[in-house]
Amino acid sequence: MTDNEHEIEQPDERVPKRVIGTPPPGTSMLGTVEAPRAEEEVPGVTLQDEAKARKAEKIVALCFVITFLAAIAFIISYVVFQVGSPEATGASNLALGSSLTVAILSLAIGIVIWVRQIMPKYSLVQERHLMVSDEEDRGVVGRTFVEGANESGFVKRKLLRRTLLLGAAPLGLIPLVLLRDLDNTKMPGSQFNKLLRHTVWGEKTKEGKPLRLVVEGTGQPIRAADFNSPGGILSVVPEGYEHDLNALAKATLILIKFRPEELKSGVRQNWTHDGIVAYSKICTHVGCPAALYEQNTHHILCPCHQSTFDAADGAKVIFGPAARPLPQLPITVDAEGYLVAQGDFEVPVGPSYWERGDAEAEARAKGGQA
Amino acid sequence: MSELKTVPKAITGPSNFLDERLGGANFLKRNLRKIFPDHWSFLLGEIALYSFVILLLTGTFLTFWYKPSMMEVAYDGSYAPLRGVMMSEAYASSLEISFDVRGGLLIRQMHHWAALLFVAGMMVHALRVFFTGAYRKPREINWIIGVLLLTLALAEGLTGYSLPDDLLSGAGLRITEGVAISLPLVGTYITFFLFGGEYPGHDVISRFYSLHILLIPGILLALISAHMVLMWVQKHTQMPGKGRTNQNVVGAPFYPAFMAKAGAYFLFTLGVIAGLGTFAQINPIWIFGPYTPADVSAGSQPDFYMGFLEGALRIMPPWEINLFGTAHAGTLPLSVIIPALVPMGIIMTGLALYPFLERWVTGDHREHHVADRPRNNPHRTSIGISAMTFYGVLWLMGANDEISAFFHISLNWTTYIGRVMIFVAPALAYLITYRMCLGLQRSDQAVISHGVESGVIKRLPHGEFIEVHTPPAEDIEAHVRGKQPVPMLPVAEDAAGIPPKGMRGPLGRLRARMSKAYGGEKIPLEDGHGHDEHAAIGHGGEEEHAAVGSSDDDRSLTH
Repeated sequence: MTDNEHEIEQPDERVPKRVIGTPPPGTSMLGTVEAPRAEEEVPGVTLQDEAKARKAEKIVALCFVITFLAAIAFIISYVVFQVGSPEATGASNLALGSSLTVAILSLAIGIVIWVRQIMPKYSLVQERHLMVSDEEDRGVVGRTFVEGANESGFVKRKLLRRTLLLGAAPLGLIPLVLLRDLDNTKMPGSQFNKLLRHTVWGEKTKEGKPLRLVVEGTGQPIRAADFNSPGGILSVVPEGYEHDLNALAKATLILIKFRPEELKSGVRQNWTHDGIVAYSKICTHVGCPAALYEQNTHHILCPCHQSTFDAADGAKVIFGPAARPLPQLPITVDAEGYLVAQGDFEVPVGPSYWERGDAEAEARAKGGQA
Repeated sequence: MSELKTVPKAITGPSNFLDERLGGANFLKRNLRKIFPDHWSFLLGEIALYSFVILLLTGTFLTFWYKPSMMEVAYDGSYAPLRGVMMSEAYASSLEISFDVRGGLLIRQMHHWAALLFVAGMMVHALRVFFTGAYRKPREINWIIGVLLLTLALAEGLTGYSLPDDLLSGAGLRITEGVAISLPLVGTYITFFLFGGEYPGHDVISRFYSLHILLIPGILLALISAHMVLMWVQKHTQMPGKGRTNQNVVGAPFYPAFMAKAGAYFLFTLGVIAGLGTFAQINPIWIFGPYTPADVSAGSQPDFYMGFLEGALRIMPPWEINLFGTAHAGTLPLSVIIPALVPMGIIMTGLALYPFLERWVTGDHREHHVADRPRNNPHRTSIGISAMTFYGVLWLMGANDEISAFFHISLNWTTYIGRVMIFVAPALAYLITYRMCLGLQRSDQAVISHGVESGVIKRLPHGEFIEVHTPPAEDIEAHVRGKQPVPMLPVAEDAAGIPPKGMRGPLGRLRARMSKAYGGEKIPLEDGHGHDEHAAIGHGGEEEHAAVGSSDDDRSLTH
């Protein structure tokens, strides 16, 4: 029994495994473990052992000297390393950044050692009081409020109160009204959706000819006879609008060459030319360019949210969050054999919006009448 | 070195001057030695605070060169591959900061890293506050300020992300536009007002710039100040422990210890951000090229804090409704509206309302200054982990293309799995967390009721071997004993079987049921032996009993 008790007294064995979130056993947070104390009685300030503190002082001083040297190194690096080419900029970035990092971290480490090894260990207690004010103060404030309200006449004089509110109401609207001209189109709001329904493919050149399809980036017009390898794909923009971002945001196309037998019923045959089909490149989900194409499966994939369209079948959606097919642009060739637009898209391109309506059904209905 | 006997002249002079004009001594008398409790998790919010300071400093540096203009110019800076390319002035000036200003690349990368750390710091800080119940009375107002801060930080990040006007930031902007235009009734208006007309227009960069460097940071600064003042006035919560009560605060004084620690912590944050800006390349805009709506790079990823919205957009099925058929109105692109609004709405509204919902369910109107250990409020912890799982699944799905490429899973299958997991995973997380909390409570119960395994094996006279248990260390015991039962409404029915007032209607009955489930003590710390017996173990007289226990004890220890 005595042996056993002796064993139990070993402090190591008295301490269970540390539980995450618990204070370390035996540290001075709330006193030592041996002597039981009354609940409120906690030691306040425990001074550090002077010998230990003196040792820590040297380490801290070393840290501060490193900071000094690193800061000097930063200034020197700024002068020595010039920027410009990616390599030079990289070297400058490395020199400036590493000297800054070392300077700052070394300072931080020094201060932490200072706090932990040289400053006393604290476990001070402060009283805490309920946030609520005492009854008397609340009473005084309440009475003061009532007195003031009555003195001002705000309650008694109805006319005053109502006209003040009347005046304030439209005043509050002024900041909102002022924002109306954020939109630069100078159109009534109800006309916004008319703009969204059209792209520049409906325009004509100065000579009154339909717009040619040109390759994005080079601006080359495309001769149908040259675009003849099945499975080929081009990113296409309208002639004359190669750098007009507003036009490109709606009018960019993806142009695909098929073998005639590959085309399925979803494709409008009279809008193609010799197996060449043009779809809007702007995804019908949230408008990213649907830029990826898989030749074997004829899948167009939007890299943003992975909407997948079957290019051989009218770009109908086969996967992903897009709800509608990519609109097909009617194309043909001009007298010189270059691909041109027959006209605008039949339905709005890009993401859906409230005023869009079921444009596909609308187009079908129109087509039926014609 | 000698120590100070009085305040040195160099300090008395100016402080006299100030005190005679401002009268600050009274304030300082009360606050210089203000006590701050110590716990590692209390420092998480400071990461966010210091990141914000670093964002203001680095951001100001960037404004000296950045030009918020969408005017097209031919690039003629140092970066050879793009020389002569047409681009916006915004992009050209971002390249100038990167390649023609010494330290420009470092500061730009530090700004970006600090932004990530700012949001990440806020998130982990919010989780700490949530799981320890530190949002409870009187801190609900500060909690709501925190939720506003997080929301604003997302807006601040979104507007900043678009400013360099490179191809990647443009992709983010395009998605923002696609989401904005999808909103019912007001979508086209919002888009036209934001972009000054059709997308992308020529105004959005300068408008985002004003929002990003003036309006949103101004509001952030005001709210952060309010957050700090309220924290100061209400004093910090503390973890349960010896001598810590609801009426006191135990820790180190502001001057000099906490002040020095906080200063060092700021420097650590700055040092880490500087290190990241040096060694971890972020957003190499020169690789992406200028923005054009006709192109996108594969694998485009938003900053991490937008990942959950991106993931929601990706796993949504293609639903779209035309309310009025072919009429030019009534299109509801649910495949955009739902992922854009619902997850964000659930998370932010849930966060903001939680303190009030909890109070409604528990009927707890007391002030709380001692933090809960997460295990001691199992339903709250489970709800929190469940919400984190919901967020986490969406966040992972925001990178489903990367996951698919890295693990060689079909892209479509990652999406299908995501569609299931978004419902299943939070439910599973709830159940598992709840069980874990109860398990941890049982282990606390074992420590308090039976002591800690000592490693001493003892043979009893009749031959049985037992392990001797000893009482836990005093500070750990105090920490564990800080547990309070979760408050519950008085839900018991009276003798006639009539529930108490306020619990009779359908809503009242629901409230009573929720209160019964949420509140109460599931695993009491003492498992029936009572406190006296425990005290006896401490005297070393009855350790055999404590160790062997009755067969009941054994059961209670193992399940």
